[in-house]
Amino acid sequence: MAARADAIRLGSRAARWMILGEWRAHPGRVIVAMIAIAVGVALGFAVHLINASALNEFARAVASVNGAADLQVRAASPLGFDEALYPKLARLDGVASASPVVELRAVADAADGVSLTLLGLDMFRVATVTPSLIVRASNAADEDVDAPEAAPAATGDNPFQANSLFLSQAALDATGKRVGEALELTAAGRAVPFVIAGTLPGVAEDQSIAVVDIAEAQWRFETIGRLHRVDLKLAPGVDPARMRSAIAAVLPADAELVSRETEARRTDSLSRAYRVNLDMLALMALLTGAFLIYSAQSLSVARRRAQFALLRVLGVYRRGLVAQVLAEGAILGAVGALAGLAMGLGLADAGLRLLGGDLGGGYFSGTRPELTFAPWAAVTFLVLGIGAALVGSLLPAREVARAQPAIALKDVGDGVDPRARPHARIALGLLAGGVAAAFLPAIGELPLFGYLSIGLLLAGGIAAMPLLARLLLTPLQGLGRVSASADLALKRLWGAPSQAAIALGGIVASTSLMIAMAVMVWSFRGSVDTWLVQVLPADIYLRLDGDSSLDADLLRKLSATPGVESINFRKMVPLRLNAERPPVVLVAQTIDRDNPAATLPMIGASLSAPAGATPVFVSEPAMRLYDYRAGETIELPIVTRSEGKPAKFFVAGIWRDYGRQQGAITMDAQDYTAITGDRTRTDGSVELEAGAAASQVIDNLRAALPPSLSQRIEFALPGELRALSLEIFDRSFAVTYLLEAIAILVGLAGVAATFSAQTLARTKEFGMLRHLGVTRRQIIAMLLMEGALLGTVGVIAGIGLGLAMSQVLIHVVNPQSFNWTMETRLPFALFATVTVALILAAAATAVLAGRRALSLDAVRAVKEDW
Amino acid sequence: MPAMNERTKPETPLLSLTALKKSVPGGRVLFEGLDLRLDRGEFVAVKGESGVGKSTLLNLVAGLDAPDSGHIAIDGVALEGLDDDSRTKLRRDAIGFVFQAFHILPHLTLNQNIALPLVLQRANGDEAIARAREMLASVGMAGRGEDYPRALSGGELQRVAIARALVHRPSLLLADEPTGNLDPETATRILELFAKAVRDAGAATLLVTHSDVAASVADRALTLTRGGLVNGRAR
Repeated sequence: MAARADAIRLGSRAARWMILGEWRAHPGRVIVAMIAIAVGVALGFAVHLINASALNEFARAVASVNGAADLQVRAASPLGFDEALYPKLARLDGVASASPVVELRAVADAADGVSLTLLGLDMFRVATVTPSLIVRASNAADEDVDAPEAAPAATGDNPFQANSLFLSQAALDATGKRVGEALELTAAGRAVPFVIAGTLPGVAEDQSIAVVDIAEAQWRFETIGRLHRVDLKLAPGVDPARMRSAIAAVLPADAELVSRETEARRTDSLSRAYRVNLDMLALMALLTGAFLIYSAQSLSVARRRAQFALLRVLGVYRRGLVAQVLAEGAILGAVGALAGLAMGLGLADAGLRLLGGDLGGGYFSGTRPELTFAPWAAVTFLVLGIGAALVGSLLPAREVARAQPAIALKDVGDGVDPRARPHARIALGLLAGGVAAAFLPAIGELPLFGYLSIGLLLAGGIAAMPLLARLLLTPLQGLGRVSASADLALKRLWGAPSQAAIALGGIVASTSLMIAMAVMVWSFRGSVDTWLVQVLPADIYLRLDGDSSLDADLLRKLSATPGVESINFRKMVPLRLNAERPPVVLVAQTIDRDNPAATLPMIGASLSAPAGATPVFVSEPAMRLYDYRAGETIELPIVTRSEGKPAKFFVAGIWRDYGRQQGAITMDAQDYTAITGDRTRTDGSVELEAGAAASQVIDNLRAALPPSLSQRIEFALPGELRALSLEIFDRSFAVTYLLEAIAILVGLAGVAATFSAQTLARTKEFGMLRHLGVTRRQIIAMLLMEGALLGTVGVIAGIGLGLAMSQVLIHVVNPQSFNWTMETRLPFALFATVTVALILAAAATAVLAGRRALSLDAVRAVKEDW
Repeated sequence: MPAMNERTKPETPLLSLTALKKSVPGGRVLFEGLDLRLDRGEFVAVKGESGVGKSTLLNLVAGLDAPDSGHIAIDGVALEGLDDDSRTKLRRDAIGFVFQAFHILPHLTLNQNIALPLVLQRANGDEAIARAREMLASVGMAGRGEDYPRALSGGELQRVAIARALVHRPSLLLADEPTGNLDPETATRILELFAKAVRDAGAATLLVTHSDVAASVADRALTLTRGGLVNGRAR
C-alpha cells in the first residue's frame, strides 16, 4: 500500500516545486484557465440559487394560502365543484375533520387595486383543519395585530357578522387600511363592500390573504352551491394511501385530490424545463471552460515534454507524472470553482434584484424572493468545477504517460509527424452516438438524451477537427506559391492538424454552441412572429385583469357600442387536468365550425365531431403534455350543470400556440355556456365598422363599462400586442443571450491563450527562421495567415456543428422541454458577423502573440532548451 | 545514502552487459554481441561516431529502452526482470545522469534543481537543500543556489547538472556527451571537474562521447561498433 502511494505521489515538496514553478513562469495562462472554470461555476451556481430561491418563495406562498391541511380536494377550475361533495368527504371513515373553502382572486378597491386571495371559510372548521387560517376579531381600537398569542378561533366581536372581512398583515399593509375601516372587494365580476373586522395572525407576513365567512362568499360572489376546495384533517394513524383511494372513489370529474407533495411537484413542473435549460446553458459555459483547460494543459504538457522526460529519468513513475498533471488541473479547478461560487453568490443576488426569481422567464412574475444559500448545490458546483478541470486535464495527462523519455529528451521540435494521418474513428463514433441520442425519448419530461446528443456532437466535432483541418487545408496547399510566409503557414497547419485542433477546441465549442442557440432562438422568434400575425387578426383586443369578468348585460352593451362591427368574446378558465401539473387554459370563444382554421392557427386538418360529443381544439403543448390525438374522445374535469355528469369532448384538431406553455384547450363559446352555465367573459377581439377610429372606439367601449370595471380593462391594438409579445420573448431569452455571450468570451479568451502559448512555444522556430534570413515582417505575415486560416477552419467547423446541434435543440430539446415545435430559420447576418469577427480575432490574436514571441532576440531563442 | 544492496557480493560487477543486441525501427542493427563489465568506482568512456548507438546504450543501461536480446544487470539485478516501476525506482536510487543539453528545469532555483533527486527520494527538505548547497560549492558555484538557470552560461549549467547527478550519491553515473554543447576551453574545465567529482563520489561512471579528449579522462576507453565494444585500454 505504501509502495503504491509512493508510486502515485511525486512527493509533496517536488510536486509543489514543479507546479508552483510552472505557474510562476506562466501566470497569465493559469489565471485565464481559472477564470474559465470560475465563470462556468458562477453562472451555474447563480442560476441554481435564483431558481431555488424563487421556488422556495413560491412554495411558501402556496403553503400559506392552503393552511396546514393534511390533504385537499380542489376544484379543477375556478368554476368549482358541487358542494354536495363536502358532506361525503366529511363522513368518510378516517377523516377527522373537513373544512369547505371558496377561493377567489379578488381586487381590493384601495391603493390603485391590490390583488388578494379571498378565502370563504367555515370558521368552526378552520380551527381543527387549517389553524394557520384562524381569524382574530378585533375592535377598531384594538389593533395589536402582532401579538403572537392572539388567536383562538373567532375571538372578540362576532366574526360572523355580515360584511366582516379579515385581512393578513401583508394585505393590511398593501391596502393601507386599518381594522374597522371599510374595504370593497371585486371578485367573480362582483364588487362587494366589507368592513375589516380583524386579522389573520397565523398567515405568513408577506402573503396578501383576505378571509370572509363561506356563506357570505357564496352569496355575495354568486358561487352558491359551489366550492373550490375542501381541506381535510385525517384521524391519527390513518393510512394515507388507503385514504387517498377512499377519497378518489367519491370525487366528481371536476375535483381532484392534492397534497403538499403534489403541490410541490406542480410548482416545480411550472418552470422546470426553463430552469433545466438555463442550468444546461450555464453548464455549457463550464464545458467551454473544460476545453480551455484542455487547451492550456495540452500546450503546457507539449512544452514541458522534455521536463517530464527528465523527471522520468530521475526516477518519477509514469503515474506520478499523470498525478502531477491531474493535480495541476484539480488545483486550477478548485481555485476557479471556489472563486466561481463567490461570484455566483453575487450574481444570484444581483439577478434576483434585477430580473426577479424567474430570470425573466415570466413564471413567478411579481416575486422578489430572498436569496437562499444552498450548501449542497455549492458542493455540487465545486465538484463540477474540479471535475471539468480534471476532464480537461485527462488527455494531456495520458499524453504524458505515453511519452518515451529517451525520445522526449532528445526531441528538438514539437513532436509532430506531418505524415501522420488524423484518425476519424473516434470522431465518427461520437457523432454517430450524438445522432442516435437525438432520437431517444425524454426522461421525466426532460430532454436528457437531447442534451447528451448535443454533448456527443460537440465532442465528436472537436475530435474531428484534426481531420477537418487536414481536409480543408489540403486544397489550399497551392497558395504556398504566393509567398514564403504563406507556404510556411500552410505547411505548419497542414502538418500539425492536431496542434491546430487544440487551438480551435475552445472556439469551436463556444462558436457552435452560440450558433446552435442563435439558430434556435431565431427560428423560435420567427415562428412566434408568424403565429402572432395569425392569431391577431382583429382591430382591437380587450382583456379584463385576471380577477374580473363581464356579465351578459355588459357583453350586449359592449357589442352595441358605436363603431363596433362585432366582438368575439372569450372566457379564459384555468383547468387542472393533473394534480402535479399547472392548469391548462380552457379558452371559450366563437369558432367557425365549418372552418376552424379561420380563427385558430391549425396544425393539420380539423375533424367533425360525432353526435353527442362537444368538439374541442387542443393546443400543441396540451397535445404533447396530455397525449391527446386528433379524432379521439376525451374527458375534461367539467361537469354539465344540467345533468351533473362529466361532458364528453372530441378532439377536432390541434392548433399552434406559443402563448401558453402549459397547454390550452379551445371550445366554442356557445358549447361552453351550454355545459357550464357560465355566461361571463374575460377577453374579446373587436372588429371595427368601416371608417371607425380605433382610439375613439376604445374610448366608447371604456365609457360603456361601470367605473369598477373601466379601470380594470385593457385595450390593445394588434401591432402593440405583437411588439409587446416579442419584447417579452426577447426578455425571457435575455439571460440566454447573456450566457451565450459569456460562453463566446470564454472561447475567445481560450483562443487568445492558446495562440499565445503555441506561439511562445515556437520561439525557437522563429529564432531559427530569423537566422535563415526570414524577416520579422514575414514571420508576422506567416502568423497572420496561420491565425486567419485557423479562424476560417474554426468558423466552418463551428457553424457546421452549430447547425447540427440547432436541429437537436429545435426538434428534440424544445418539443421535449416546452412542448412546441417550430420551423428552422437561419440568421445569415449573424453567420456573416461571426465569420468575420472570429477570423479577424484569430488573426489579430496570433499576430499579437507573435510580436511578443519575436521580441526575444533570435540568438537567445535558438539557445533556449525548453 | 548509497543505494547498493548490503547483500551484494564484492565480486559482483556494478554493471554487467552480456550479448546485448539492439536495432532501430526499420531493422537496422546498431550493435550486437555487446559485452561490458563495469566495477564499482570504475570510469569507462565509450566512443563512437554519431548514430552508432552510444545514447541508445545509455538508455538501455538506464532501463529507458529495452534490448532486442541480451542481459543487463545492475548490482546483480537483471533489468529484464523488472517492470517499469521497479526500473524507475532503480534509476531514482542508484543512477545519476548528465546530459549534453543540461536539462536544468528553468523554473526551479539552482538549489532546487540539484536537490530534486533527494526530494524525489523523500529526503528531508532542509537537509536536501543543505546537501544541494554543498554540491553547488563542490562544482565551484557556492552562493548561487537561489539563482534561476536563465542567467547561467552553458558551462555553469553543466556544473549544476553534474552536481544534480551526484547529489544523491548514486553508485552509477551515466553521462551522455557532457561537453558536447560547450566550447573547447570550457569543455576541458568541465571534464576535469567531472572526473574529479565522480572519483570523489566513488561512483562507477559510463560516459559516451565522440570526443577523444572527453574519453581521455576515463580509466578505460572503448569504441562502440556494430559488433560491440572494442579497443579497450587501461588508463
